[in-house]
Amino acid sequence: MAKNETNKSSYISASESRRITRFNRRVTRKLEQERANANKDPVLYTTKMANPGNVVEFDNVCTYFFTDVGTVKAVDGVSFEVPIGKTVGVVGESGCGKSVTSLSLMQLLQRPSGQTVGGEIRFNLGDGTAYNIVNTPNTIMETIRGNKISMIFQEPMTALNPVFRIGEQVDEVTLLHNPEMSKDDAKARTLEMLELVGIANREGVYNMYPHELSGGMRQRICIAIALACSPTLIIADEPTTALDVTIQAQILDLLQNLKNKLNSSIMLITHDLGVVAGMADYVVVMYAGRVVEKGTAEDIFHHPAHPYTIGLMRSKPVVGKKVEALYNIPGSVPNPVEMPNYCYFRDRCEMQCGHCAGQYPPEIRISDTHIVSCYRFLEEGSVLGYPKSVNVEEL
Amino acid sequence: MSDSKVMTDTENEYLLEVNNLVKWFPIKSSFFKQTIGNVKAVDGVSFKIRRGETMGLVGESGCGKSTCGRTILRLQEKTSGEVLLGGQDIFALSKEELRKMRPKMQIVFQDPYSSLSPRLPVGEIIGEAVREHNIVSPDKFDDYITRVMEVCGLPEYYKDRYPHEFSGGQRQRICIARALALSPDFIVCDEPVSALDVSIQAQIINLLKQLQKDFGLTYLFISHDLSVVEHISDTVGVMYLGSMVEYAETEKIFSNPLNPYTKALFSAIPIPDPDAKINRIILKGSIPSPANPPKGCKFHTRCESCMEVCRYAPPEWLEVENGHFCACHLYNDEAAQKRAEDITQLEKSKSPYTAAEQKEV
Repeated sequence: MAKNETNKSSYISASESRRITRFNRRVTRKLEQERANANKDPVLYTTKMANPGNVVEFDNVCTYFFTDVGTVKAVDGVSFEVPIGKTVGVVGESGCGKSVTSLSLMQLLQRPSGQTVGGEIRFNLGDGTAYNIVNTPNTIMETIRGNKISMIFQEPMTALNPVFRIGEQVDEVTLLHNPEMSKDDAKARTLEMLELVGIANREGVYNMYPHELSGGMRQRICIAIALACSPTLIIADEPTTALDVTIQAQILDLLQNLKNKLNSSIMLITHDLGVVAGMADYVVVMYAGRVVEKGTAEDIFHHPAHPYTIGLMRSKPVVGKKVEALYNIPGSVPNPVEMPNYCYFRDRCEMQCGHCAGQYPPEIRISDTHIVSCYRFLEEGSVLGYPKSVNVEEL
Repeated sequence: MSDSKVMTDTENEYLLEVNNLVKWFPIKSSFFKQTIGNVKAVDGVSFKIRRGETMGLVGESGCGKSTCGRTILRLQEKTSGEVLLGGQDIFALSKEELRKMRPKMQIVFQDPYSSLSPRLPVGEIIGEAVREHNIVSPDKFDDYITRVMEVCGLPEYYKDRYPHEFSGGQRQRICIARALALSPDFIVCDEPVSALDVSIQAQIINLLKQLQKDFGLTYLFISHDLSVVEHISDTVGVMYLGSMVEYAETEKIFSNPLNPYTKALFSAIPIPDPDAKINRIILKGSIPSPANPPKGCKFHTRCESCMEVCRYAPPEWLEVENGHFCACHLYNDEAAQKRAEDITQLEKSKSPYTAAEQKEV
């Protein structure tokens, strides 16, 4: 492992460090200023959906982090869409940019170091227009967050405020987005939500503090908070990773039922292929900040095309399938600060072909729904286009 | 499952024997430090592991599987019971004898980020115990560490680096190398892969299997990831709330789980195939508090096939099929059924089981 680590040291000199800091300060200040100006004119952030059947379209989104060791291209030219009423699973290893994609959509990035520097995220408003989330000012975002798009976080233990009662925390969301509502109405709504997420003793739980509940119950509360305003899109960021298998089954079952009841879309972010297979209609596989493969669940699970997806499937033990040794993908993810200019997976790939030495592979459509970024399919499919990266030096 | 008639043959083929192990943590009152109750983390667990085999220990979080692993190594004192490692009772050893025994039993912890000292270079982390226990002579020390690292897939030049320079997978390799350096017989792997990514998981699992093959190691593999356990284990024990509810060979238990809890647990495993139709048994509620476990069968509050005896009489640990043990009233033989009914009658006459009590648990 890590053969190339021998000669390449991860240390940077003091002058280099100063240069990076100066550059970061200049770039982030400029971006923040642009953002402040964009706040004025709605024309700047109103746009149209490419396909009105989608609730969200990511179009070459680039989210970079300007860190002290250099620019980390956490999300670099990611394009996919979430259709209305469907579940899209985003799969990848930690650090591949799946969470940053969702945070970009919510504008919850750690600013000023984290910035969406390019691309469009179009969010369907339902009346033919759409917001380009990348430029949307904070005041508008506040009406969307928790209301039209809501998020369920990984850690139910830390997502709830320990000093407020459960009821208050759910009421807060309802009251914030419906200021005309009275407190009693909000409480009624909260109790309704608690019942919806399968809490038997809802009056009791309404007056409890988070520490009095188990992990599964807390995750139910988080789901109730997320659903309080009947959002059109629910982002579930590893909703079951912190939970046990039996509780995981409960929560996934619940999410699926509620999605159908409310006709919302779910963007399910996870690293567990089993969870995705059970839940998702469409699957997006990410690797090192880019989408390497996307398609319907059948496409991805029955005909995986990208070597990374294939490797990922083979490295997971499956109950009922006896194998002598698990496949392991050789090597490790490239350094996020210095990404290679060829295919990011080339150094770990066992299926290389002649084209791989060239630039990063384009998106290739190999069936109506199945798109893969791999040169092995260059002859078989039609090239859709290359992911667009932003040159940070030009900012 | 109070009596330990788990296995009758005591031959040398078993490296580890755990007989009716109990570990309670006392709950102290705030002022007088009086014990007001016990958290029954491990409450009568018995099993045996054959030399060179792997036993998987599965269960939900809080069911006592980690406590069980740590008590077996005497990292905590037991409350009662017996642990025999290679015929030697671990808890009968004096401090000095235990120290001599330590190299034979090692542990790999769950979180590779917190189980390595940030102040020591990797070579020292691996070598510290080797020097301490005089495993090799000082002049061969360096070569020995290099060899151990090589076996675990760590290049030699990592020796002078510090843990923070490594990724999770590499750190877990360091943890494994540290355990392996003492040439142990028995390693407790306490969720060694649950903090790692899927592709790294595969590397570590393969490494563990390879080492087992090469050095004849015996593992107790604690995990909540059932697919990993199925892959690596020869036998599997399922724990619920401090007790073992089922134990059998891996193939047997996965193809034919007997206990309703095991059935529910296995049906909850997500399968990476969108067409797979699984008949999920969704358990209601969550695991009860081990400080106040339900009377009778501990699982009866969530069980689908709960009967009257389940509420009063704890199920006995019976060999249902050859080598397939299960604690459930559904599989009672006549004698056990009789005993269970007697207990039920007795308990019923003592304190009627009220609806309020049922709600509480």
